[in-house]
Amino acid sequence: MVFFSYLISGISLGSVYAIIALGYTMVYGIAKMLNFAHGDVIMVGGYICYCAMTYLGLPAIASILLSMVVCTVLGVVIEGLAYRPLRQAGSLAVLITAIGVSYFLQNAAQLIWGVTPKIFTSAVSFPLPQGLTDLGISSEAIVTVVSCVVIMIALTLFVNHTRMGKAMRACSEDKGAAQLMGINVNRTISVTFAIGSALAAIAGVLLCSSYTTLMPTTGSMPGIKAFTAAVFGGIGSIPGAFIGGLLLGIIEAMAKAYISTNLANAIVFAVLIVVLLVRPSGLLGKYVPEKV
Amino acid sequence: MKNLKKTTKVDFATYIGVTLAFLIVSVLQGRDMLTNAMASWLVPVCCFIVMAVSLNLVVGISGELSLGHAGFMSIGAFSGIVASMSLSEAIPLAPLRLAVAMVVGAACAAVAGFLIGIPVLRLRGDYLAIVTLAFGQIIKDLITCLLVGYDKRGLHFVFNLDGLRSVNDLHLEEGGVAIIKGAQGAVGVTKLASFPAGYILVMIALVVVLNMIRSRTGRAIMACRDNRIAAESVGINVTKYKMIAFVVSAALAGAAGALFGLSYSGLASSRFDFNTSIMVLVYVVLGGLGNIWGSVIGAAVLYILPEALREFADYRMLIYAIVLILVMLATNNDQLKALVGRIIPRRKEAETNG
Amino acid sequence: MAEQKRFEKGKMVPVPSHSIIPERDLDKSPILECSHLGIDFGGLRAVDEFNITIGRTEIAGLIGPNGAGKTTVFNLLTKVYQPTRGTILLDGLDTAGKITAQINRMGIARTFQNIRLFSNLSVEDNVKIGLHNQEKYSALTGVLRLPKYWRQEKAAHERALELLSIFDMQDLASHQAGSLPYGAQRRLEIVRALATNPSLLLLDEPAAGMNPSETAELMENIVKIRDTFQIAVLLIEHDMSLVMGICEGICVLNFGRIIAKGTAEEIQANPAVIEAYLGKQQ
Repeated sequence: MVFFSYLISGISLGSVYAIIALGYTMVYGIAKMLNFAHGDVIMVGGYICYCAMTYLGLPAIASILLSMVVCTVLGVVIEGLAYRPLRQAGSLAVLITAIGVSYFLQNAAQLIWGVTPKIFTSAVSFPLPQGLTDLGISSEAIVTVVSCVVIMIALTLFVNHTRMGKAMRACSEDKGAAQLMGINVNRTISVTFAIGSALAAIAGVLLCSSYTTLMPTTGSMPGIKAFTAAVFGGIGSIPGAFIGGLLLGIIEAMAKAYISTNLANAIVFAVLIVVLLVRPSGLLGKYVPEKV
Repeated sequence: MKNLKKTTKVDFATYIGVTLAFLIVSVLQGRDMLTNAMASWLVPVCCFIVMAVSLNLVVGISGELSLGHAGFMSIGAFSGIVASMSLSEAIPLAPLRLAVAMVVGAACAAVAGFLIGIPVLRLRGDYLAIVTLAFGQIIKDLITCLLVGYDKRGLHFVFNLDGLRSVNDLHLEEGGVAIIKGAQGAVGVTKLASFPAGYILVMIALVVVLNMIRSRTGRAIMACRDNRIAAESVGINVTKYKMIAFVVSAALAGAAGALFGLSYSGLASSRFDFNTSIMVLVYVVLGGLGNIWGSVIGAAVLYILPEALREFADYRMLIYAIVLILVMLATNNDQLKALVGRIIPRRKEAETNG
Repeated sequence: MAEQKRFEKGKMVPVPSHSIIPERDLDKSPILECSHLGIDFGGLRAVDEFNITIGRTEIAGLIGPNGAGKTTVFNLLTKVYQPTRGTILLDGLDTAGKITAQINRMGIARTFQNIRLFSNLSVEDNVKIGLHNQEKYSALTGVLRLPKYWRQEKAAHERALELLSIFDMQDLASHQAGSLPYGAQRRLEIVRALATNPSLLLLDEPAAGMNPSETAELMENIVKIRDTFQIAVLLIEHDMSLVMGICEGICVLNFGRIIAKGTAEEIQANPAVIEAYLGKQQ
């Protein structure tokens, strides 16, 4: 029974990681950049939802939608201002810029909302029958898992069956060739950032609903973990990010419960290292050997 | 010979520049012209210069992105502190004890670098980067679980896996001291670090890295960076040379860590987190990849800048972030580069990194 | 000479390959002996039954249509790919289980079809990296700059310039390798390969992108290199004037298999070769 409740919390946490990792993996797959600012978009999403509910008194659904809209705009603006001019630059230059954006978002949030943690009232809470709560299942967990599965399926369909999805796959293979085929690469990348950021907003709301505190650094650690999850599953792969996120959440919850609270993160990272040694491109990633 | 002379000139300019800076600051300090805040920057600046120079060996010269460099600094800091505290009776002379602590820190970090390098260097590109990030986090968490004490019987270690142990579990004898107290980190450290020691460490790091780059070892490392397959085809053992770069870099970071650790009376392992690794990476990238004197200047300026901006209090990190983004945009802007290129005619000769 | 009719149309005939070793090398053991060498990529037999013997100072050619597997053979010889089957004897020593770097130390050096220079480094450093295994000081000696370091660095510098002078490139020594014109980059690759002191030099399309006069000069230089260093050369080339001009033995590859071996005259008259290049005559 106790094991079951740990499993539930692991799956719930893993679903949040999976949603963030989906955003990460799409951006990486297409822009080939490690977007370290992604975690901070999550934090912004959380704050927007918090403000909409607390100060504007909007209902939860409207707050979540507002948060998604703001994050989408934020994501597209960041991409356009900070990353687009660096399209031809080295990957390290983009990485450092992403770090700059991350610092910027964290410090701007600190100026606007202060360093003291905000208490976040769950945006996705609804009454559950007694039987379920006894099992350790919360409404947040249910909503998180369901939204994660829905998002994963929707993204897979989008990428495989729409024109924009096809453009995204083309850009991730070869931007130059995609451009020659008449695909607007910049627009495709913008759309990818928009989707990734909207997902980050959802993840932010779900994360804060489960853990109830919100501060400017809320997004950093989940951001890094989700990045780990994306690599774990094979970066660039949508099902990979889903599986990676889920596994990571479960491993973390189990490690916390049965091994050591202090070392839970270390264990998660150790598992990642082992996985990468066995499969150098993650669980579902494809290995491309260098051509001679 | 022309090429050799030019790189030698650059190297000597670096040594002379660092020495001049040290002398000027020492004179200012001697005449009480530095504020207390400024004086407190001196040792950390030296430590981060060494961190940047050593990270440049991995990222710029060896061409592998490492996101966990602070982990080696951490190992160096805590092993150096333990060495210094436990040897306080055996070696009463403070500068000598500091030197021993730095050697111990460097050695421990080098061993860790070697062990971590075995799995890490089998990976490529971003996968390698994420694994170094993971190791950095693991090191930080492991040290958070560590309890170390010293008494007449020697050193005592307890690994606080379940989070329930405390200093009492070290079972120290009368007069024993707890050196590292888990999440609290090191406490009650005797401060040994001094600015001259920092200067000497910077010079050692520069000599090691610059001389290595100009030797067959450094050429082999750069060959592996520029073209792995071609390097193998001319008989270079790529793994060996990547490992040399990684271990030397870790050792220097360990020495810097020991100096850093011994410049505070208390230090928690959370001080060496992901953000510290990233901060050093920023110094290296803004200073110029593979450019050693660039790392020196990058680290010095970018360490002092946020400190000096303290009067802007809340805005300083925001300004720092904006400056960072703008600098990256500006340095990678083709029009701007063309403009600079017109003002300073491009030299046709090869820049042998440095 | 006894086997005039050994190249029958459309048939793979095992050729006693010593017949194409130049007479001056006959009394010495061959530098390279491949037997039954092959590699599969998935289900595809990219190279199969590759048998070749190369004499001590022979200049041999490996030709064939695009996609025939010529570069794959080079990658097998240098262990960039591990062969699926077959053996490679280099100077009588089995190369099984060796990695690329060890193969180089055993005596095979190569150039690449798509140039692979250390393009951020200077021309001289590129050559010095080729001299890597002939410089014998440790990393510590280098860091401490002991007398051994200075002696060996001076020797390496002089040797690098000497090697560059083969192609009259000593004046380019301080230029960045990546900034050289295309032809010079190809020549630099050869110099770098020579610097590793090989006994067999593999050249992958050395004349690609060169104009006829550059090619003619290159031909002279390849012969000069063979004569000066007394080494064997195996080259892949599409420029038939070069192949027919300097190669003593030629091996023709199609669909991963050898379809003909022989001297330039024999190859030019071979119907299987003509078919492979021009298609079947109606």
